[in-house]
Amino acid sequence: MENFFDLVPLVVLFPLIGLLINLFAGKQLGERGVSIVAVGASAMALLVSIVLWLAQVDTGFGAVVVDAPLLGTWIDIPSAGVEIGWQFRVDTLSVTMMLVVTGVGTLIHLYAVGYMHGDEGFPRFFVYMNLFLVFMLVLVSGNNFLMMFVGWEGVGLCSYLLIGFWFDKPGDEGWKNSDAARKAFIVNRIGDFGLILGVLLTFWTFGTLDYYVPDEEPIPYHHAEHEAEPLFTPDITGVDGAESHAVSGPMGVFNQAETWLTEGDHRVEFGTVSIKFEHMLTVITLLFLLGATGKSAQIPLFIWLPDAMAGPTPVSALIHAATMVTAGVYMMVRANVFYHASETTSFVVTMIGATTALVAGFIALGQWDIKRVLAYSTVSQLGFMVTAVGVGAYTAAMFHLVTHACFKALLFLGSGSVIHGLEHGHHHVAHGEHDHDDGFDPQDMRFMGGLRHKMPLTYWTYLVGTLALAGIIPFAGFWSKDEILVDSLKLGLDDGRLDGYLGFGMLLAAAAFTAFYMWRQVSMVFYGEPRHAAAEHAGESAPVMVWPLMGLAFLSAVIGLINVPSGFPVLGWLYGEHQFANWLEESVTYAHGGEFNWLLATIAVALALAAIYVARTIYNDRAITDLERDPLERLSPRLAQAFALSNAKLYWDEVYFAFVVHPYRRAAYTLAERVDWYWWHDFVHERVIYGTFNRVTRLLTDVLDLKIIDRAFLRSAEAVRVAASRIRRIQTGYVRTYALSVLFGALLVTIIILYPVLRDLLGI
Amino acid sequence: MEASEVSIELYVLLSAVLFAMGALGFLIRRNAILIFMSVELMLNSANLALAAFARQWGNADGHLMVFFVMTVAAAEVAVGLALIVAIFKTKKSTNIDDLHMFKD
Amino acid sequence: MEDISLVTVVLMLPLVGMLVMLIFARNEQTIRWSALTFSLLTFGASLLMLRNFDTAEAGLQMVHKVDWITGESFVIRYYVGVDGISIWLILLTTFIMPLAILSSFNSIKDRMRLYYAFLLIIEWAMLGVFMAQDLFLFYIFWEVTLVPMYFLIGIWGAENRIYAAVKFFLYTMAGSLLMLLAILWLGNEAGTFSVPDILAQLDQGVLSFSTTTERWLFLAFGIAFAIKVPMWPLHSWLPDAHVQAPTAGSVILAGVLLKLGTYGFVRFNLPLFPEASDYFAPLVAVLAVIGIIYGAWVSYGQTDVKKLVAYSSISHLGFVMLGIFALNSAGVQGGLLQSVNHGISTGGLFLMVGILYERRHTKLMNAFGGIWKAMPLYGGISLIIVLSSMGLPGLNGFVGEFTILLGSVGSDVLSWWFTAAAALGIILAAVYMLYMFNTVFMGPLDKEENKRLPDLNWQELWSLVPILIMVFVIGLQAGFFFDYMDVSVQDLVNHVNNSVMAAAGQ
Repeated sequence: MENFFDLVPLVVLFPLIGLLINLFAGKQLGERGVSIVAVGASAMALLVSIVLWLAQVDTGFGAVVVDAPLLGTWIDIPSAGVEIGWQFRVDTLSVTMMLVVTGVGTLIHLYAVGYMHGDEGFPRFFVYMNLFLVFMLVLVSGNNFLMMFVGWEGVGLCSYLLIGFWFDKPGDEGWKNSDAARKAFIVNRIGDFGLILGVLLTFWTFGTLDYYVPDEEPIPYHHAEHEAEPLFTPDITGVDGAESHAVSGPMGVFNQAETWLTEGDHRVEFGTVSIKFEHMLTVITLLFLLGATGKSAQIPLFIWLPDAMAGPTPVSALIHAATMVTAGVYMMVRANVFYHASETTSFVVTMIGATTALVAGFIALGQWDIKRVLAYSTVSQLGFMVTAVGVGAYTAAMFHLVTHACFKALLFLGSGSVIHGLEHGHHHVAHGEHDHDDGFDPQDMRFMGGLRHKMPLTYWTYLVGTLALAGIIPFAGFWSKDEILVDSLKLGLDDGRLDGYLGFGMLLAAAAFTAFYMWRQVSMVFYGEPRHAAAEHAGESAPVMVWPLMGLAFLSAVIGLINVPSGFPVLGWLYGEHQFANWLEESVTYAHGGEFNWLLATIAVALALAAIYVARTIYNDRAITDLERDPLERLSPRLAQAFALSNAKLYWDEVYFAFVVHPYRRAAYTLAERVDWYWWHDFVHERVIYGTFNRVTRLLTDVLDLKIIDRAFLRSAEAVRVAASRIRRIQTGYVRTYALSVLFGALLVTIIILYPVLRDLLGI
Repeated sequence: MEASEVSIELYVLLSAVLFAMGALGFLIRRNAILIFMSVELMLNSANLALAAFARQWGNADGHLMVFFVMTVAAAEVAVGLALIVAIFKTKKSTNIDDLHMFKD
Repeated sequence: MEDISLVTVVLMLPLVGMLVMLIFARNEQTIRWSALTFSLLTFGASLLMLRNFDTAEAGLQMVHKVDWITGESFVIRYYVGVDGISIWLILLTTFIMPLAILSSFNSIKDRMRLYYAFLLIIEWAMLGVFMAQDLFLFYIFWEVTLVPMYFLIGIWGAENRIYAAVKFFLYTMAGSLLMLLAILWLGNEAGTFSVPDILAQLDQGVLSFSTTTERWLFLAFGIAFAIKVPMWPLHSWLPDAHVQAPTAGSVILAGVLLKLGTYGFVRFNLPLFPEASDYFAPLVAVLAVIGIIYGAWVSYGQTDVKKLVAYSSISHLGFVMLGIFALNSAGVQGGLLQSVNHGISTGGLFLMVGILYERRHTKLMNAFGGIWKAMPLYGGISLIIVLSSMGLPGLNGFVGEFTILLGSVGSDVLSWWFTAAAALGIILAAVYMLYMFNTVFMGPLDKEENKRLPDLNWQELWSLVPILIMVFVIGLQAGFFFDYMDVSVQDLVNHVNNSVMAAAGQ
C-alpha cells in the first residue's frame, strides 16, 4: 500500500481546487453548487487522509517524504547551502493532524451550509474555509519548518479574513469585526517573529530545515521494549530499520540534534555566533514557544482569541477551537526532540501553559457571552496541552488536542445552533411587535434560558460536549486531561521537578474552573425558564446543522478510547492500552503511553462533579433575575469582587492598550508628524539645509557679489571713464595737431630705427 | 663712370629739403588745397630719393616703387579733391581749422 | 564590426520606440499604443535574453564592447553586458514599464507625446544603468534617469510638483557629483573606466589603493547610492517625490529607480572596495535596521495612503541593504531578489493607490472605508498585493525577506542582533499594512460617494494581473530565480572575502 502515500498532495489539492472553483464561479453556482463543491472538497481531503491512515497502519507506521508535484524546489541557493523544498511528510503525527483537520473540518463545512444560508457572502465564506484547509494541511503535512511556516501564516491570514468576514456590518459592528481581525493577525505576527527567528537559527545550527530527510527514520528513544519492527522502510531496499538508525550522510534536524546530544560537547558555530549546542536549543525552543503563544493563544499573546469570536460561529469552531489554534501544540510536539533536551524551556513552557489554563479558566467564569465563555475555555484547554508539552507528555498533548478538537468544535457548533435559534426567535418576535430594540444580543446568555425544551437535540449534544470538557468519565476529555495530570505529577514525583508539581496543581484548579463555568453555561442557556421573548420562540436548527452536532457528539463520547491508559481495568483489555501512544511513537520520539492512577482519576472526577454541583446550586432555575448582577455576585462581597475582575478579563486588554498599543500609536504619530515631517523634513531640510543654502546665496549675491565684486568692476570702469575724459583732450579735432603728432611719431620711429647707426655715428 | 655724374648726396639733400618744405607747409598752411599740395610735395620728395637710390644701386625696385607711389598719389588726388570740393560745398570754406566736427 | 549583442538590442529598443513614436504617431491612440508596443517588445527581447542566459557562467554574458572615447592615458567604452547580478533587475525594468504605460492610459490626458517619450527615455536610461560595465557610461545613464523623472514629476505631478521635482533632482544630483569625482579618480588611476578591467588590475595587484583611499572611494560611491536607495536618514526626498508624482512615475520610482541604488552597491562598492565594504558593513547595517523600523513606524503614523506606501519603501529597502551587507551569498541574493520583489509589490501598491485616486481624487485613508464591498475584484487583488508586501509566506515578499534574514544571521560581519531587530520589521509591516487595508477596504461602507465606485476596468485589471502572477511565481518558485543569480553572486562574495582576508593577512 505504500503507493498510496503518493496521494498526500491531493489532501492539499482538493480544497485548493474547491476554493478556485468557488472563487471564480461561486456567483454562478448558487448556494447549492457552492456547498457541494466546498463540502465535497473537504470530504475528499478527509477521504485521502483516511487512505493515508490505512496505508500507515498497513505498512507499520512507516514515514514517507513525498515531493509536491509540478512545483520545483522552493528556495534553492546552492552557494549558501540552502535547499528548502515543497515536500510533504506522511507520518503518524501528520496523519493524526490531517484526520483531525479534515474530519472536524468536513463536519463543520456541512454545518456551515446551514448556518450561512442566506448570507450574501456565501461563496466567499466557503472560499475562505477551503483556503483555510489548504493552509492548515500544508502546515501539518510539510516536511520542513519553512513549509510549516507557510501554513502557519496562511492560517493566520484565513483567520483574519474570516474574523473580519462581516466587516461590512453597518456602524460600529463592522469596525469591531475588522479591528478584531486585525488584532488577531498582528498578535499572531508577534508570535511569528519568534518562530521565524527560531527557524533561522535552526537552519544555521543544522544546515537544513527538513525534519527528516527522505530516507531517514527518527532515532528511537527509550521505548524499545514495545517497538514494532518497521514493516516498511520507504525507498530503501535491503536496509532494515535497525541499521538505518545508525544514520550517516545527510540528516534532518532532529536526528542531528539527537546525535549531538548523545555525543555531547557540540558547539554551534556560524557567523559571529559560537555557543554550546544545548544553549542554542534552549534559544531556539524559546523562540518557537513565542510562536506557539501567538498561534495557540497563550499568555502573553492570548488576547486575540476572545475577540476572534467576531467571526461566524463555524469559523470559531473550526479555526479558533479545533484546528488552527492547536498548531502551536503540533509544532512543539513536532519539535519534541528539541523541547525534551532543554529543561529551561520545558520549565517555561509548563509555567506558561499552566498559568494560561488557570487565568483563562478564571476569566471564563465571569463572561456572559456564550461564545466568549467557550473562547476562554479554549485558551484554557490549550494551556493544558502546552503544559503537557512542558512536562514532556507529548502523547497526552496530542491526545488532548484530538479530543478537544471534537468536543470544543461540538460546543461551538452547539452555541452556534443556539444563537441561530435565538436569532430566528427574535426575528419571529420582531415581526409581531415593533419595539424590539431592547439591547437584545443573541449571544448573551442572560437572554436565554429554558432552551432545553425548544432545542432538544442541541441540548443533548451540548451536554455531551460539556461533560467531555469537564472531564467526566467516560467522555473523551476525561482520558486526555487525566493523562496530562498524571504525567505532570509523575514528573514532579519521579524527577523531583518543581514545574511538574506546579503544573499539576494549577491544572487541577483549572479543571475545577472548567467544570464550574461549563455548568454555569448549561444552566443559563438550557435550564430554567426563557428570559426573553426570543428564547421563547427559538426553535431547533435545520438538520444539516444538527447532523454534524450528532457526529461530533458521538466522537466526543468515544474518542477517548483510542488511548486508554495502561492499567485501566476492562477497557484497557478491550481496546488495547495506549494505542494512540504506540501510533505516535513512530514519529514523535519522546511520546510515551500514559499510566492509570486510581487516586488521581478519582480526585479529578470528584472535583469536577463537585464543581458542577456548586455551579448548579448557584445558577439554579430561578437564580438569574436581573441582567446586571450575576448570582455569584450576590453570594458575598469578596466573590463579587472576584467576579468583577473576571468579567473585566483581568484588564489584560486595557493593560496592553495602555502600555503597548497606545504608546506605539502615539509614537508613530509623533515620529511621522513631528520627527520625520516637521523636524527632519521641514526643519532640517527646509530650514537648515535649504534655508542655509538660501542664506549663503543671499550672502553671496548681496554681499560678495554686489558689494565687493560688482563694485570693484564699477569702480574700475569709473576710473577708465575719468582717465579717458582726461586723455581725450589731446584730440583737438585740428588736423594740424594730428599732423604734428604724426610727424613727431614718424621722427621718433625713425630715431629708434636709426638708433644703432646714430650711436655709431655719435661714437657713444 | 662719367664725370658729369651728380653724386647721390645731392639728390638726397634735395629730397630732404623738398620733404621739409612739404612737411612745414602741411603744418603751417590752413588752406586745404595748399596742404594737399604739401602732401604731394612730400610724396614726390620721397620719389626723388627712391629714384636716386635705384640708380645708385642699379636696382629697378626703386623705380617700381616710384610708379606705385605716383599711382597712389593720383588716386589720392582724385579722392582728396573730391572731398575738398564736398567740404567746400557745405562749409563754404577750405580752411581746415573750421573742420573739427568730430571733436565734440 | 562586432555582432550587436542582444543586450544592446534590449537597451536600444525603447529609444528606437521613442523615435518611431515621435515621428510617426499622429493621434492619441497611436501614441499610447506605440509606446505600449515598444515597451512590450523590449520585454520580449529581455525574455529572449533570459533564455540565452547561461546560469553556469559567473562573468558577463552577451557582452557588447566598442571603444568610444580614447585618450592617451584612458579609454572610455560603450561596454554593456549582463550577469547574474543584473539579469533580474533588467527583467524587472522591462516588466514594470508596460504596466506603468498601461496604467497611464486613463490618467494622462495632456502633452501625451512628451509624456510617453519620457517614459521610454527613462526605460532606456534605467536599462543602461543595469547593463553598463564602464564607469563613465554608467554615470551618464545614471544621470540621464534623473531628467525624465524630473519632468514626469514636474509636469504631470500633483499640486506641489515643482518643489518635489526640484528636490528630487538636487538630492540625487548632490550625491552623484561625489561619485563622479570618484569615478574620474579611479579612471585616471586605472587608465580605463571598464569595471572588469579595473577588477582584473586589482586582482593582479597592478592597481591598489591604500586603506584610507579605498574607504573614501567607498563613501563617495556609497553616498550617491544611499541617497538613491534611500537609506535612512537620507530619505526625505522620497515622500515628496512619491506623493507628487503621477501614478506611473511612482511605479517607476519605487519599482525600478530606487533599485539603481541597491544595484550600485552590489555592482560597484562590493567588488571594487571589498575591504572598505567589510569595514563599513556594520555601519550600513545599523542604518538599514534603523530604516526598517523607522520606516515601518512612520508609515503607521500616516493619513495619506501614498505617503504610507512611500515610507514603507524605506523599510523594505532597509531589508535589501541589510542583506547586501551581510556579505554572504544568501544575503546578497536575498537582497537582489527582494529588490525585484519590492519593485513588484510596491509597484502594485502604487498602481492600487492610483486607481483609488482616479475615482475619488483623494488619497486620505479616512475618506474611504468598506471599499471592498463596493469593488470586490479590486479589494481582492489589493489584499494579495498588500500581503505580498508584508511578506506572507508563499508570496514573493517572504522569500526575499527570509533569505535576507538567513544571510544576516549567518553573516560573518554582522552580529545577531541586527537580524533580531530587522525581524521586528515583520511585525511592524503587518501593523501598518493592515491598518491601511482595514481603514480603506474594511469596515462599513458608510460614505455615500464610495457606494457607487466602479470596479476595475480592463486596462486597470491588466496592469495588475501580471503583478499578481509574479507575486505567486516568485513566492512559490524562488529556486528558479536564485538559480540565475547563484554563480555570479557566489563569485562576487568569494572575491570580497578573499580580498578581505588578503588585506587582513598583510
